[in-house]
Amino acid sequence: MSWLLVSPILIPLAAAAVSFALPERRMAQRTVAVGASALLLATSLLLLVEVATRGMVVMQAGDWPAPFGITLIADHLAAIMVVISAIMALATAVYALVDIDPAREGLGYHPLFLVLVTGINGAFLTGDLFNLYVWFEVLLISSFVLLTLGNRRAQLEGGLKYVAVNLVSSLFFLVSIGVTYGLTGTLNMADLAIALKDVPTGLVTILAMLFLVAFGIKAAIFPLFFWLPASYHTPPVAISAIFAGMLTKVGVYALIRAFTLLFTQDVPWTHDVLLWLAGATMLTGVLGAAAQNEFRKILSFHIISQIGYMIMGLALYTPLALAGAVFYLVHHIIVKANLFFVAGLAQRMGGSFELKKLGGLYRHSPLLSILFIIPAFSLAGFPPLSGFWAKLVVVLAGVEVGNWAIVAVALVVGLLTIYSMTKIWQAAFWSPTPEGVTLSGLPQKRLWVPVAMLAGLTVVIGLFSAPFMNLAEASAAELLNPAGYVEAVLGADAAAEYDVPIVLEETP
Amino acid sequence: MNSLILRTTTRLLIGVLLLFSVFLLLRGHDLPGGGFIGGLVGAAAIALYAIAYGYEHAFALLRIRPRALIGVGLSLAVLAGILAAFAGEPMLTGLWWIREVGPWTVKLSTPLLFDVGVYLVVIGVVLRMLFSLEEH
Repeated sequence: MSWLLVSPILIPLAAAAVSFALPERRMAQRTVAVGASALLLATSLLLLVEVATRGMVVMQAGDWPAPFGITLIADHLAAIMVVISAIMALATAVYALVDIDPAREGLGYHPLFLVLVTGINGAFLTGDLFNLYVWFEVLLISSFVLLTLGNRRAQLEGGLKYVAVNLVSSLFFLVSIGVTYGLTGTLNMADLAIALKDVPTGLVTILAMLFLVAFGIKAAIFPLFFWLPASYHTPPVAISAIFAGMLTKVGVYALIRAFTLLFTQDVPWTHDVLLWLAGATMLTGVLGAAAQNEFRKILSFHIISQIGYMIMGLALYTPLALAGAVFYLVHHIIVKANLFFVAGLAQRMGGSFELKKLGGLYRHSPLLSILFIIPAFSLAGFPPLSGFWAKLVVVLAGVEVGNWAIVAVALVVGLLTIYSMTKIWQAAFWSPTPEGVTLSGLPQKRLWVPVAMLAGLTVVIGLFSAPFMNLAEASAAELLNPAGYVEAVLGADAAAEYDVPIVLEETP
Repeated sequence: MNSLILRTTTRLLIGVLLLFSVFLLLRGHDLPGGGFIGGLVGAAAIALYAIAYGYEHAFALLRIRPRALIGVGLSLAVLAGILAAFAGEPMLTGLWWIREVGPWTVKLSTPLLFDVGVYLVVIGVVLRMLFSLEEH
């Protein structure tokens, strides 16, 4: 089974190697990218089935036993994330066939994209803190290049902010890893979960805050989000869609991992900080979006507000809340990337991302209007789409613990999300085409395929939410009981050493 | 750069540098060295050649595009990880073939293959950077 576990890392990496070795062969590179993504989806689905039926899959790379070697582990959460990343990779690879121009392909778009996917999957599957840092760097460095590929002025400007802020985040991450190692002498996450119990709680909390800054920058939570809306609207749509879908979510994943497995010593304090941040993230994101008038900038700010919901689920730290956070992650990745794809289609027809210069798309292409309405309504939380269930569960979790303030924030932010989506609808679809703008013909079919596929997925998750919710609940159960994770990595003796932390009934 | 002194020295040095880079690569398993530092020395040798004789000549010397070199190196590294599958071991487990050939003991292993991959990737990356700086 260990090969099934590494295949989500190996497949894109091997494909990237092949793609690098064929610099002049564009067709071959395209075939490799799409083929590898499809294969990735197949194997990651197998991995999820394996995890769901037989429990966590663990592998010690190079046969070096944990905690000395590098552990790879797939629990429910990791397996779900890998499947979603494979879906996104496939959708992006197909969309990129048309969207990425030959010049960018010549500069190495395809291999870089595959390296990005490798890094994302590696970050999900690793069970070692330093290895997590390495995968973060792999995905960051390829994202730096992808973001600035083509050297347009706006891209370089956005890229500069992106690179600078993310390097600061990496620095924080590295420093925190150093401090962790100094305190405990181990970086294996399962081993750390045990070792951190012997460290004074105050020190652990300081460490937790250091990690919060490092992962918080990557996840774009308040007040560390400003790099995101400055850069995500600059590269080609295929690139910004996978960035919008996956990259911040790797940060959220790392936060969930850290604040369920490692930093649960002082939950009332740490998770309270998270809750405040979640509320502030939701509000600032949605207010920022309300002030924007560019299609992709509005969507970028909405990434931030939606991240807030996931952090809210993590901060409430109940089974229902965590299940909601996981469900939200899945829902959000699909919907957000889809909206970016739709923005790309709208731009191809209307010639601009500026809402002022767009108009008349409803009459021009009813199909695109439907494909926009589905993810947009899903994002805003209309039943029966996936976003409704995601919001419902997170809000219910808030009601359950009686935290009315965060519930109110979540509901108001949902309302404001509808405002932003109707603003786009009003300006780009319903209003008449501005003078001097002629709408061009319908884009190629291959661009529509991923959009329709992801929209269909949103509807399916909405209509048949039970199996997805079951998976989310299974992840939440595992996250709240790290002893299972510790046992899977280090064996039963170590798990006995790790006594189960108490789940708080109420967050103050 | 058209300098007789540099060209003459380069011709004398390049062989030594390349040999030294391979020496570092092979020595790396137990002693300081390895694919990364070996690759840097190898890339430095070719960069020196490029400065002395011009980039076209260095390109001709290399015979393969730096980006393809990255691909080949990365493939070798991945292969070194996957080979363990045929021995029924987890990924990246080191496999060794130790043979007595005459008076010498030859030690071949997947870590060596991995290091050769790293070596090629490092040369590819450094030269790709240098060549694209030259293009602009």
